[in-house]
Amino acid sequence: MTEQLAARETREVGRPRTRKEDARLVTGRTTWTDNITAPGLLHMAILRSPMAHARIEHIDVGPAGERPGVIAAFSGRDLADELGSLPCAWPVTADMVHPDHPPLAVDEVRYAGDPVAVVVARDRYAAADALEAVEVDYEPLPPVLDLEAALAEDSPLVHSDAGTNRCYTWPLTEGDYEGAMARADVVLRRRYTQQRLIPNAMEPRAVVVTPPSTGSAGSAADEYTVYSATQVPHILRIMLSQVTRVPEQKIRVIAPDVGGGFGSKLQVYGEEALALVLARRLGRPVKWTESRSEGYQATHHGRGQIQDIEIAATKEGKLLGLKVDLLADMGAYLMLVTPGVPLLGAFMYPGIYKMDAYAFRCTGVFTTRTPTDAYRGAGRPEATFAIERTMDELAAELGLDPVELRRRNWIGREEFPYTTIAGLTYDSGDYDAATDRALALFGYDDLRAEQRQRNAMGDRVRLGIGMSTYTEMCGLAPSRLLGELRYAAGGWEAASVRMLPTGTVEVVTGTSPHGQGHVTCWSQIAADVLGVPFEDVEVVHGDTRTAPQGMDTYGSRSLVVGGIAVHQAARRVVAKARKIAAHLLEADEDDLQFAQGTFSVKGSPEARRTIQEVAFAAFASHDLPEGMEPTINAECVLDPENFSFPHGTHLCAVEVDTETGRARIRSYVCVDDVGKVVNPMIVEGQVHGGIAQGIAQALYEEAVYDADGNLISGTMADYLVPSAADLPDFVTDRTETPATTNPLGVKGVGEAGTIASTPAVVNAVVDALRPLGITDVPMPCTPERIWRAVMDAQEAEEGAQ
Amino acid sequence: MAHISVTVDGTVYDDDVEPRLLLVHYLRDRLGLTGTPIGCDTGNCGACTVDLDGESVKSCSVLAVQADGCAVTTVQGLTGDGEWHPLQKAFHEQHALQCGYCTPGMIMAARDLLRENPDPTPEEVRHALEGNLCRCTGYQNIVRAVLAAAAEMRRRTIHEPGAVRQPAGAAGTAAGTAGGRGPRR
Repeated sequence: MTEQLAARETREVGRPRTRKEDARLVTGRTTWTDNITAPGLLHMAILRSPMAHARIEHIDVGPAGERPGVIAAFSGRDLADELGSLPCAWPVTADMVHPDHPPLAVDEVRYAGDPVAVVVARDRYAAADALEAVEVDYEPLPPVLDLEAALAEDSPLVHSDAGTNRCYTWPLTEGDYEGAMARADVVLRRRYTQQRLIPNAMEPRAVVVTPPSTGSAGSAADEYTVYSATQVPHILRIMLSQVTRVPEQKIRVIAPDVGGGFGSKLQVYGEEALALVLARRLGRPVKWTESRSEGYQATHHGRGQIQDIEIAATKEGKLLGLKVDLLADMGAYLMLVTPGVPLLGAFMYPGIYKMDAYAFRCTGVFTTRTPTDAYRGAGRPEATFAIERTMDELAAELGLDPVELRRRNWIGREEFPYTTIAGLTYDSGDYDAATDRALALFGYDDLRAEQRQRNAMGDRVRLGIGMSTYTEMCGLAPSRLLGELRYAAGGWEAASVRMLPTGTVEVVTGTSPHGQGHVTCWSQIAADVLGVPFEDVEVVHGDTRTAPQGMDTYGSRSLVVGGIAVHQAARRVVAKARKIAAHLLEADEDDLQFAQGTFSVKGSPEARRTIQEVAFAAFASHDLPEGMEPTINAECVLDPENFSFPHGTHLCAVEVDTETGRARIRSYVCVDDVGKVVNPMIVEGQVHGGIAQGIAQALYEEAVYDADGNLISGTMADYLVPSAADLPDFVTDRTETPATTNPLGVKGVGEAGTIASTPAVVNAVVDALRPLGITDVPMPCTPERIWRAVMDAQEAEEGAQ
Repeated sequence: MAHISVTVDGTVYDDDVEPRLLLVHYLRDRLGLTGTPIGCDTGNCGACTVDLDGESVKSCSVLAVQADGCAVTTVQGLTGDGEWHPLQKAFHEQHALQCGYCTPGMIMAARDLLRENPDPTPEEVRHALEGNLCRCTGYQNIVRAVLAAAAEMRRRTIHEPGAVRQPAGAAGTAAGTAGGRGPRR
């Protein structure tokens, strides 16, 4: 009993450990990619198309090559033989239109920012200066910007040889939607627009490539070392090999300190391939760092969908069916997972609700804009927004409280595991518990009373209350299922755990953190299983040479796949150590107990060996069990059996000034259920940051294009990333329903806040204005848009009178 | 080329620089002081915030030549005798950073706030940090950290050195020596 208690007290998993990562970060002893230098380093700068769509009639890089400090300059044609098309790993249908995507445009540019020439110079200023000497004649072609017009017969084409702007159509149908609609008392139709967003990781993208002859210290002489601000060093290595035909084993990719990603660094970018090809051509190290404004055009965008939603229900509010018709903006080219992003949402539109029929269809559309791809949540925020906004609309239509409507439809706690109409099996959850807790923390009833009173008074500043009850699919994903969805890779993750001869531990992970705190959390997991001090664990990651096997970090997968792989590998270490300990103690394995890092013989506690002693015994290997390999190190490559399904209830109160249009968040409460937590401090941080990004979509951010296809929110001065002054404090809490599909019961938390918060905020804004006859405000709900909605409603009312 | 003499984190540097060279590029590319990162090109993000003669500036918006004769403190200069600044400690303890890219600028801007207002309200912290963007944390823990550091600094009566304003017109003309421009702490 005492031993059990002691074991619990020293348990690492569940402790709010401050992070091992911080010491370097708070003191500036960091290794961002742009910090890296090498002897003879050259700087690359890229000339980009100023037009959304044009034919390159003539290009001459010669004058740039004569500028001071310039070593070389190349056009797309100059490098075409060395550079393949950039990869798309998710051909979602057999007949998907998949155009070539040259890292440097050769004949035609298809978005403002499409690269057309590259200059390499001795310093970054000289390289940037020389760009203006490149001569390019463009023959303008018509831009393609409107998703619906792009699908018309007579639309100009983004890729003329494809004969269409339709990239693909992907359906998912379960149950009889037409029948459900026929039985329904109410059928509600809504259209929502998911504006384009710019991910804005604080560290701009950067890449440094050192060729074999000048390999950096520690690099083998015969390989290219690619340092990149990437989320996906392992995927990048494979793909760079394919694009440049440098053999995979000759490429080492290192993701050093990486300053955020949010999906924008889950990519294989042309600049990475260019830097590698130029390092090969010139035999010198090459560096490129984007400026923020350049990144706004050159780093992929997120969202960009038009959602037509139809929901069928009885007059009591029971959902019968849901129909979703999406147009998804691919942008000009398909990048790594561009076409698949909306499909990650396809399974999430039914949310936490039971219904009889579901009809989903997504059409991918090419436009002359920066390509889209994964941005925090990737498909799931869009889906959650649509269903949660629609639930509020349905509640209003039926005269039901939005909470009550949701309660009547969500999956009950006793119904798990539950297979949804979209075909996913949710393993666990308790929507009542999370919602009840959130309502109590929020003071829901009091706020509703205040709202009624203020509405009755005709208050100029309206109070709005919005809710969102979300779930998401985390931990992408079981490999078999990814195969069925035609994704090119698997969803496994690798870990190895090495007990070093001196008794400390090296954990090698295939995940590639860029702010998530894997070093701390994986240390907690390994320390628990092995019974070693937290401080004795080192976590190695982000380098294809030292962590050779991995599938990297995205989709809230790192803990539920990579962290579990660490857990399993550590358990295998203990299992091997047990054999050696039993041998050394001359006991039967079954008679050994293992607690706090020590094997002891049941009944004779003085007979014991610590795991560190066993590690040394394995190293010396003088006296091992017959036939045993001299190591207790172990690996695990884990393929998850299912997604994990965190959920939660978010509530937002806004004050909306009907004269100025300003919406101010008054309070924000969320109760998330991410299963068991490894580090509650880090979980809370993930929730905070996620909520902030979701609020940003609801109220502040939009990549705006003009009629010619120019990005006019093209700098950080024009694109409103919210500051501390724009955001409130969040009240966060958790319920804990363990996942049943992994041994730690964890679910994943990276995207939850972003998925949940956007609809909660917009629902609150609309709720504030609903008494004025307003049923929607397009995102972002800026003061101008709110003000216009109020003006339009007033005009409509006056017209009606 | 222009000749400058700048004291950075207590060390005097004499250099010839292009007049257009940004202070942040001088710090990073010439001096190798890469603790100060660059997050934008419009002066919005604040990642590159440093202390210039007792005032916080965005080093992407200052030319290296403007720092001639001045003392610059970067986040790398805050750790005197190996001991962390209370802000560094508080950012760690309050989990006020995730990727950490904005952190140097955030800490330098917060240090500037606490110099002027040693006991700020949460709202004052939020407004003082308006020019520093973070994409990871949602700011809540940053606000907590600044308040915690403020309390610790009041308790230990640590005062940040204030701005040493030179007479009008004297900026940049001071002799390039370290006289009186040593480490600020």
